[in-house]
Amino acid sequence: MQSKSTYGTLAVKTAVLVIAALLLFAPFLFQDVRALEVAARICIFIVLVASYDLLIGYTGIVSFAHTMFFGFGAYGAAIALRQMGPGWDAVALGAVAGVVVSLVVATAVGLLSLRVKAIFFAMITLATASVALVLASQLSQFTGGEDGITYRAPDLFKPATKLMVDEDGKVARLFGVKLNGKLAAYYFVFFTSLALFLLMLRVVAAPLGSVLKAIRENEARAEAVGYRVVAYRTFVFCLSAAVASLAGTVYAIWLKYTGPDTTLSFAIMIDILLMVVIGGMGTMWGAVVGAVLMVMAQYYLRDLMGAAAEATANIPLLPDLLAPDRWLFWLGIIFILLVYFFPRGITGTIMQKGARA
Amino acid sequence: MDRISETLGRFGGVYLLPLILAALAFVLIGAPSSWATLTVAGLAMGMMVFLMASGLSLIFGLMDVLNFGHSAFVSFGAFVAASVLAALSGWLGADNVLLNIAALSLAIIAAMSFGLAAGWFFETVIIRPVYHDHLRQILITMGALIVSEQIILAVWGGTPITVLRPQFLEGAWIIGDVSIEIYRIFAFGLGLAAFIGLYLVLNRTRLGLLVRAGVENREMVEALGFRIDRLFIGVFMVGSALAAVGGAMWAGYETLITPALGGEMMIVVFIVVIIGGLGSIEGTLLGALLVGLTANYVGFLAPKLALASNMILMTAILLWRPNGLRPAVK
Repeated sequence: MQSKSTYGTLAVKTAVLVIAALLLFAPFLFQDVRALEVAARICIFIVLVASYDLLIGYTGIVSFAHTMFFGFGAYGAAIALRQMGPGWDAVALGAVAGVVVSLVVATAVGLLSLRVKAIFFAMITLATASVALVLASQLSQFTGGEDGITYRAPDLFKPATKLMVDEDGKVARLFGVKLNGKLAAYYFVFFTSLALFLLMLRVVAAPLGSVLKAIRENEARAEAVGYRVVAYRTFVFCLSAAVASLAGTVYAIWLKYTGPDTTLSFAIMIDILLMVVIGGMGTMWGAVVGAVLMVMAQYYLRDLMGAAAEATANIPLLPDLLAPDRWLFWLGIIFILLVYFFPRGITGTIMQKGARA
Repeated sequence: MDRISETLGRFGGVYLLPLILAALAFVLIGAPSSWATLTVAGLAMGMMVFLMASGLSLIFGLMDVLNFGHSAFVSFGAFVAASVLAALSGWLGADNVLLNIAALSLAIIAAMSFGLAAGWFFETVIIRPVYHDHLRQILITMGALIVSEQIILAVWGGTPITVLRPQFLEGAWIIGDVSIEIYRIFAFGLGLAAFIGLYLVLNRTRLGLLVRAGVENREMVEALGFRIDRLFIGVFMVGSALAAVGGAMWAGYETLITPALGGEMMIVVFIVVIIGGLGSIEGTLLGALLVGLTANYVGFLAPKLALASNMILMTAILLWRPNGLRPAVK
């Protein structure tokens, strides 16, 4: 981004820092179960969206298979935890297996289709992802089919685990928050996500990030300068697949449940797409803003829409469109308008403001 | 080796693939009667998929626009046709074949007009501002797809809808020990008619000449003074209408439709377009027939593989011809 030293950039970075701080202290600030659920989901989706942004925003390739890699990681951990029982060895094995499968599939798809037009690649990834989804629901002896798999996370993360004990032998409290396994699980999610996010920030700040942008801006020229475009594209596709797979593993451990609807479904792919575009493509900060807004909307907008639907109950069709289930309808319209008028998304638009010539 | 491929090329080249596939399946299946049933089913499915895919391929070829929302037209066609058929259920149940045909034609015409209108709206309002920008095209049409799916859910609800079929298309013909569903023959016939119509228009008329020239080199056609943007709208509307008719036929074939129909068909349509190569209706027909036949044969021979069969077919063909079998655009 040429807009490195704008006031807008400063504003965005401040906002991201505030979000990070809020997430860090989330268990203490918002002391109810649903809020913690939202915070954990935000952490994981920030990583997922940022890894997707590596593809769509930095390199300019559109993939619809991102949830597939997310699913590989989640199912890897889920199957390992189910077969081997709760333990760190199962988590490690599941994570590694997920990443390896993701890398193999990503390399195959990449080498097969990244040579041709961007649009071809989008279609091929869409087809691959749909096959993965169907396989997950059909191979029910491994994946639990449509019902998914439930399993136990490692003992450290059990709500009954006491991290610290007070003099009565009960679980200790800090600022009124029980120091139990749930808290440990949240911080596991938070710090893993943070590490992965920082890794990606490092990647895009490195020379590699500039090469990727060069490929996005002008493929032929990047090739002419001497960068092997296909190799770079395949590499970044593999990298983002691996990160997505790790995010999937973390999510599986947090939820203690893995099914097609939580990891593989096309609805999640659409969520990711919406988050990237709303937040702003081509900056890692956009992923943070987009993920926060979308996840909040998912959890809290529906309540609002339910109220709106009741208020308009007498008008034909409008209550149908305002029903809580129809929230995607409005998001879709917002999405289209954003792509028209603010193709840089929220952060991209703000970061341009106040540019010093 | 060169001489073999040359000889094959003289007899039709890649167009022989469906025949080779059918012959191979004949050997593997071993029972002529089930082979015949499967082949007819595959051809019928192929033709319906062709209806849905041809528009997508043409639109891409002419306008360099890939419409990820294309499957919305398929769903809308299916639901509009189902509603019309349900409203005319009295005519359908009647013994009078003429009334039957009238109801069916009305349903198809309704789907077609809806496709034309929706196509016009899509082209002028949604896609026009993002010509020449693939990334934003994909995103915008994806957004349009989300919105249209939600509209379908809001209007028709999420529960499956039963589609009524006209009396004269119910049942099957029995020839020897081969039974052939009449609806499949009808679907095949309609698809074939659409293909022949498209082929003649594209290859025998001045309009078709302009479209083909536009696919080949857009700037040149514009420089010669033709309004290619009007041609775009026309092709887009026809393509959308074809998709809607395909959706209507598919609704009658499945007899139970859900709002997920569009999404499911979109994958098949994409695979067909990728296999066939973008921009040519011959390629699309070839891809559609291959996909239809493979799906039915594999479903019979190895049901477990059926889900992945299209994917395997696509991978194999892409390894052999990275741009599809018959691409018209470079």
